[in-house]
Amino acid sequence: MEKTINITLKVWKQRNPKSQGAFETYTLNNISIDSSFLEMLDILNEQLINEGKEPVVFDHDCREGICGMCSLFINGRPHGPDDDVTTCQLHMRKFHDGETITVEPWRSAAFPVIRDLMVDRNAFDKIIQAGGYVSVNTGGVPDANAIPIPKDKADAAMDAASCIGCGACVAACKNGSAMLFVSAKVSQLALLPQGRIETAKRAKAMIAKMDELGFGNCTNTGACEAECPKNVSISNIARLNREFLFAKLKD
Amino acid sequence: MNVINSKTPQGPLSEKWKEYKSHQKLVNPANKRRLDVIVVGTGLAGGAAAASLGELGFNVLNFCIQDSPRRAHSLAAQGGINAAKNYQNDGDSIYRLFYDTIKGGDYRAREANVYRLAEVSGNIIDQCVAQGVPFAREYGGLLDNRSFGGAQVSRTFYAKGQTGQQLLLGAYSALSRQIQKGTVKLFARHEMLDLVLIDGRARGIIARNLVTGKIERFAAHAVVIATGGYGNTFFLSTNAMGSNGSAAWQCYKKGAYFANPCFAQIHPTCIPVHGEFQSKLTLMSESLRNDGRIWVPKHKADAEAVRAGKLKPTDIKEEDRDYYLERRYPAFGNLVPRDVASRAAKERCDAGYGVGTTGLAVYLDFSDAINRLGLKTVEARYGNLFQMYEKSVDENPYKTPMMIYPAIHYTMGGIWVDYELQTSIPGLFAAGEANFSDHGANRLGASALMQGLADGYFVLPYTIQNYLADQIQVPRFTTDRQEFDTAENAVNDKIQKLINIKGKRSVDSIHKELGLAMWDFVGMGRTKFGLREALAKIAEIKREFWSNVRIPGSGSDQNTELEKALRLADFIEIGELMARDALYREESCGGHFREEYQTEDGEALRKDDKFSYVACWRYTGEDMEPELLKEELAYEYIKVQQRNYKE
Repeated sequence: MEKTINITLKVWKQRNPKSQGAFETYTLNNISIDSSFLEMLDILNEQLINEGKEPVVFDHDCREGICGMCSLFINGRPHGPDDDVTTCQLHMRKFHDGETITVEPWRSAAFPVIRDLMVDRNAFDKIIQAGGYVSVNTGGVPDANAIPIPKDKADAAMDAASCIGCGACVAACKNGSAMLFVSAKVSQLALLPQGRIETAKRAKAMIAKMDELGFGNCTNTGACEAECPKNVSISNIARLNREFLFAKLKD
Repeated sequence: MNVINSKTPQGPLSEKWKEYKSHQKLVNPANKRRLDVIVVGTGLAGGAAAASLGELGFNVLNFCIQDSPRRAHSLAAQGGINAAKNYQNDGDSIYRLFYDTIKGGDYRAREANVYRLAEVSGNIIDQCVAQGVPFAREYGGLLDNRSFGGAQVSRTFYAKGQTGQQLLLGAYSALSRQIQKGTVKLFARHEMLDLVLIDGRARGIIARNLVTGKIERFAAHAVVIATGGYGNTFFLSTNAMGSNGSAAWQCYKKGAYFANPCFAQIHPTCIPVHGEFQSKLTLMSESLRNDGRIWVPKHKADAEAVRAGKLKPTDIKEEDRDYYLERRYPAFGNLVPRDVASRAAKERCDAGYGVGTTGLAVYLDFSDAINRLGLKTVEARYGNLFQMYEKSVDENPYKTPMMIYPAIHYTMGGIWVDYELQTSIPGLFAAGEANFSDHGANRLGASALMQGLADGYFVLPYTIQNYLADQIQVPRFTTDRQEFDTAENAVNDKIQKLINIKGKRSVDSIHKELGLAMWDFVGMGRTKFGLREALAKIAEIKREFWSNVRIPGSGSDQNTELEKALRLADFIEIGELMARDALYREESCGGHFREEYQTEDGEALRKDDKFSYVACWRYTGEDMEPELLKEELAYEYIKVQQRNYKE
């Protein structure tokens, strides 16, 4: 027999960025515990449409935990009550029968609400545009094996590069800081000889852009690391601080 | 008229691309600044093309439906990217990658295109490493490789189980650099709804701003479509929820030929379907077949006991397991191409040996690999995939075998393009999965990433110049022209029509119905009778959709249901063309398996005398039968034969 639960949802509804939002309450019955959290929201929306109402708007796309499009602050935690998952990988088996579940958008000055649970994370793109790349054009590059890279360095770069840009770190941080996001990119490229060359310039440019866009400061609470669905480590922040300091000392 | 010209250059196979590049027309730097190019899509093909064209100095307008270009669905590719580097010294070469790809595609791809793909494959790896893509490495610091289906060499480069993500982030970083420089202007959360032609040439698009609902106009000297495939026609697929075929379909309706629509790939290793509420299927990378062994119980009684929950797979003895791929295909074993592996799974399940509660699943077992390599090594190779499986299914694949079943994954068919990646509409180009070009009737694993990046970095930036060189005298277009008025009015009418239906059914409920019809009749096993049934059913679904869909909210506002409805309207028509093409192609090849055409031991039976061509469909009007044009495939360098993965 398939196991099902009944739940009450308190969902943030907000018409547009400027309007006042409020929680709305819905009840859902016979939700299979094997369905994902977003599939549960699909069921809610199907119900709303059948009642002639507008559905709850939320961002989602790949539904396998890699695109970083889904967000949601569920019962006070970014991506909800499971570790190392995005909301699309969260399953209803993590909730119990009769539970009231609160669903909010990311709360951060730098991520304004577009509608309901959908937020604008364009600020992340702007930070990358400020310097989150190696300045090479297509073509004219050396052979891929021309520069050997120690395996531990390559692996550490890969771990930093696992960031999916979902914004959970910002949502989890009491200061709304984007340091984990910025440090992951700076670390990845600083660890590789190809990216090493521009490290100082990159660290300065990305941090300046981050500050300009209204993200807060890092006070080392570690909430970002705890909530990161991809386990990006705060040791990256230490590396970023080091690179940033060196860059400033050289100025 | 109506002769399909692929514009393949003359000369020996290995010289064609060099010759082309030596003699093609170029645009000088001062003129590049005056030329605008629209690129729709920011995946591997679109993102790489937009970045590379921006670097060259063109003025690029780049569109995506997601909130950021970093989220295009290319990023979901897990296992790797092929390249003929021969770093492993195991006998690989450009020719061998070319040969494997043509053979894997069951001899339905164009030789010259595939050779070029193999030729530039090495450049892609060089480019990605230069961008800082953290590929897996050996202890000596050099790049590591693994094997994928349909190959006997190890030529697949990978970054954990997140290769697509890392390659996309590479392209995204290059794109971001150009956005910063101002050569590329990005329009995120914008969906292309129509193509605008001026005097028969592609000159712009109509797009909907998905935040405001506003319809917007964009003009350019050329348009590139890189919007991926149409696998979501089946509702359940490994594609992202937003992946759709609408941009390509609008091009078809404006005159671009649609080629081989029935060639869809069913991936053998996906997490099985488990409930009606299910919204998508999750892929488990083909790389798992390097070390995982696929099996079902040898005895029906065991299979029944497993389905009833009375027997655990780990209790079934070695001699009572049927490793059916190793049994049927000794030479390639678990690494046969995807179409072959998928059909073999279906065959076992249809015969009553399937497992899982539904009987529609087979085991993918790592116990041998764990014994041989140790838990640590297996975890290092596949850790994130195992975690993904466990989060989804709530079972630990280190302890009990995974359950998998085939699912729709990729579409080889797409907009027809010539050697230059230009469609049958002048000035309209198609790249990546959106075009039909390189994979024939079946794509080999780790080749989609290769093709997307080859098109975007190394092919299109050359070939599009051959077109644009003639456009340097053409001034920028204003979007006030009557052609834009007409296109925008048509889009607005369509939206109003949909909103005004005010029926009783949600978009998803109708999409699920379409998906079921497609899976049942246009899926892994197709028959003449079934395909006729499919055409009738799809026509019924089309009527239901246009008379009974319910879209709450307004057309001139943010409206996710309207977005889905606009895509479904096209999926229905794409499904119809897929069924029509499958009905017409009376042979089995690659992913297209007509049950009437099989060998004695159940393998696909091609009919080269009749069907060795690219089926190009030309739109002839609403509710009219499309016209079939043929591009004959001539194999000069490869001996066409029955595919054999047994010996």
